[in-house]
Amino acid sequence: MSKLLEVKDLRVSFHTYNGEVQAVRGVNFHVNKGETLAIVGESGSGKSVTTSAIMGLLPKPQAEIKSGQILFEGEDLVKKSNKEMQKIRGADISMVFQDPMTSLNPTMKVGNQIMEGLIKHQGLSRTEARKKAVELLDQVGIPHPEVRINQYPHQFSGGMRQRVVIAIALACNPKLLIADEPTTALDVTIQAQILELMKDIQKQTESAIIFITHDLGVVANVADRVAVMYAGKIVEMGTVDDIFYDPRHPYTWGLLGSMPTLDSEEEELYAIPGSPPDMLNPPKGDAFAPRNKFALEIDLVKEPPMFQISDTHYAATWLLHEHAPKIEPPASVKKRMEGFAKTGGKA
Amino acid sequence: MVRYVLRRVVYMLITLFIIATLSFFLMKMLPGSPLNAEDKLSEEQKQIVLEKYGLNDPVPVQYVNYLAGLVKGDLGISFAFSNTPVTDILMDRIGPSAQLGAQALVVGTILGVLLGLIAAVFHNGFLDYTSTIIAVIGTSIPNFVFAGILQYFFASELQWFPVALWGDFKHTVLPTMALMIFPMATAARFVRTEMVEVMGSNYIKTARAKGIGEVGIVFKHGLRNALIPLITVIGPMAVSLMTGSMVIEQIFAIPGIGEQFVNSVIMNDYPTIMGTTLLFAALFVAIILIIDLLYGLIDPRIRIGGNNS
Ligand SMILES: Nc1ncnc2c1ncn2[C@@H]1O[C@H](COP(=O)(O)OP(=O)(O)OP(=O)(O)O)[C@@H](O)[C@H]1O
Ligand SMILES: [Mg+2]
Repeated sequence: MSKLLEVKDLRVSFHTYNGEVQAVRGVNFHVNKGETLAIVGESGSGKSVTTSAIMGLLPKPQAEIKSGQILFEGEDLVKKSNKEMQKIRGADISMVFQDPMTSLNPTMKVGNQIMEGLIKHQGLSRTEARKKAVELLDQVGIPHPEVRINQYPHQFSGGMRQRVVIAIALACNPKLLIADEPTTALDVTIQAQILELMKDIQKQTESAIIFITHDLGVVANVADRVAVMYAGKIVEMGTVDDIFYDPRHPYTWGLLGSMPTLDSEEEELYAIPGSPPDMLNPPKGDAFAPRNKFALEIDLVKEPPMFQISDTHYAATWLLHEHAPKIEPPASVKKRMEGFAKTGGKA
Repeated sequence: MVRYVLRRVVYMLITLFIIATLSFFLMKMLPGSPLNAEDKLSEEQKQIVLEKYGLNDPVPVQYVNYLAGLVKGDLGISFAFSNTPVTDILMDRIGPSAQLGAQALVVGTILGVLLGLIAAVFHNGFLDYTSTIIAVIGTSIPNFVFAGILQYFFASELQWFPVALWGDFKHTVLPTMALMIFPMATAARFVRTEMVEVMGSNYIKTARAKGIGEVGIVFKHGLRNALIPLITVIGPMAVSLMTGSMVIEQIFAIPGIGEQFVNSVIMNDYPTIMGTTLLFAALFVAIILIIDLLYGLIDPRIRIGGNNS
């Protein structure tokens, strides 16, 4: 499998009145052609900032890429000018945002919003672009596309709008589709439909997907691999099986443990105490240590490196050091893991 | 749609009727009489004049007569210009006022939109502060101050334009500039606020994610959405132009409705005052109706009298 995207030691800071907010602090990951990588983590962990950096859409004066490379098909996107990025955005890499109610232009016909990218990137005539737009609407499951194409966003429901947003993102057959919590704003049945749609589309188009969410249930459903982010870093990374059956980082245990399941009449949820650190002054050592009941002394002093567990599985916790005490996940999380093993990840 | 417009027109007529009634009785309650200025008139002569204008009738009769005249488009006869119907006076005077108002509205709005756009695009930069200062000055300093400044620099010192009076286009330049300050400043402030908000919205992010260039973002996606609500402030702008014209026309000695209105007030020329009030009111109500209809046409989210309502 060849790497489509490789992010190396990415660091992004925001310059604010209060000082420098270190939103992303040295992130490394890659996405292979055609696979789905899920990025999970609490609010504020830096998921959206990471994807904005890939898109070249970080807010202009405040944000700064302090270091790192974003290699897309071998070319470093960090070095590209805004003009060059415009050619890539919407063509090779496109994006689906969280809130479908506000991510479409209210005064532009839906068809025109889809056609815009086609005309710009593929040089289609308006007639050709219109034809393609009808096909796209059909592909994302919107009935009567020839009629719908001439309507405005307010004439669509939330789920339908997200389908339109997906159609816009798919218009130019991107190699990479970034979906930043595409289902969070939708109700549960619609969520499931949109996820199905995205899986279908991936089968048809073979584009790679970065899927951002804080819902692990969704992850099990769509992802091939998972990156768990905490306080601007990736703390654990592995295949879906690695993460669900053999999680190693206490933060991942916390995420799994706090995941509601169908038969949660059982024991108490293993919730993560406390709140994420202030990225204005990131803590010394392991950022998760203050919330981690398994924290070792070294956690407060020195940041853990990435330990390799297998070919695909990595985690940044001192618990994996050869001299560390052997600690098992909490019983409730273990039970959860066994449950996943039985149901194949479906919570 | 047709029903909606008809209903609105009926409301408009009711509004005008109320304004006509109010201004009629207010005039009746005013102290003083149109004949005060002519103290030389004998008691007998005064009676003849009062009789001629129907001012000896009981007030309700006068009121009914006035309304009956209104329906026929007859605003009565001016006290000040003997035997001249008010309608004729207004028709005579509306030209310069309308021309100045239209010029000021069009030029002021265009400049204001540009200023606001520049301010928003260079958000929090030097150009933003400059244009904000211009806008604040424009909305807070009354336009007769500008009129004086303009007259001093461009007429008296530089002699580019005539100081006052009505003639060719050159005569309209300074009064237009004085009048347009307010609409310009209003539009600038409004467009800046709207545009900053629009540029931070999610659909602009979507457009950027599509790879659209900055120019397309600003004009195709941004400006259109920022301009639609501007229609709503055209009403207040129009009012400021109408009232502004009273002072400006006086300063520049322009034979317009505003100047006429001021003179009529000085001379207690009730029919002309009422006629002008009604004309302003009618214009204003009509502008509001047109704005509402336009809004429905331009903003796809508002469908007046659409499928269900
Ligand atoms: N424009 C900005 N100015 C200052 N700080 C910012 C800005 N945007 C993001 N941040 C900070 O960067 C950090 C990461 O934010 P980010 O939006 O990436 O979180 P996230 O993981 O996407 O969270 P969520 O799940 O809520 O979307 C946060 O601490 C946030 O406060
Ligand atoms: Mg986010």
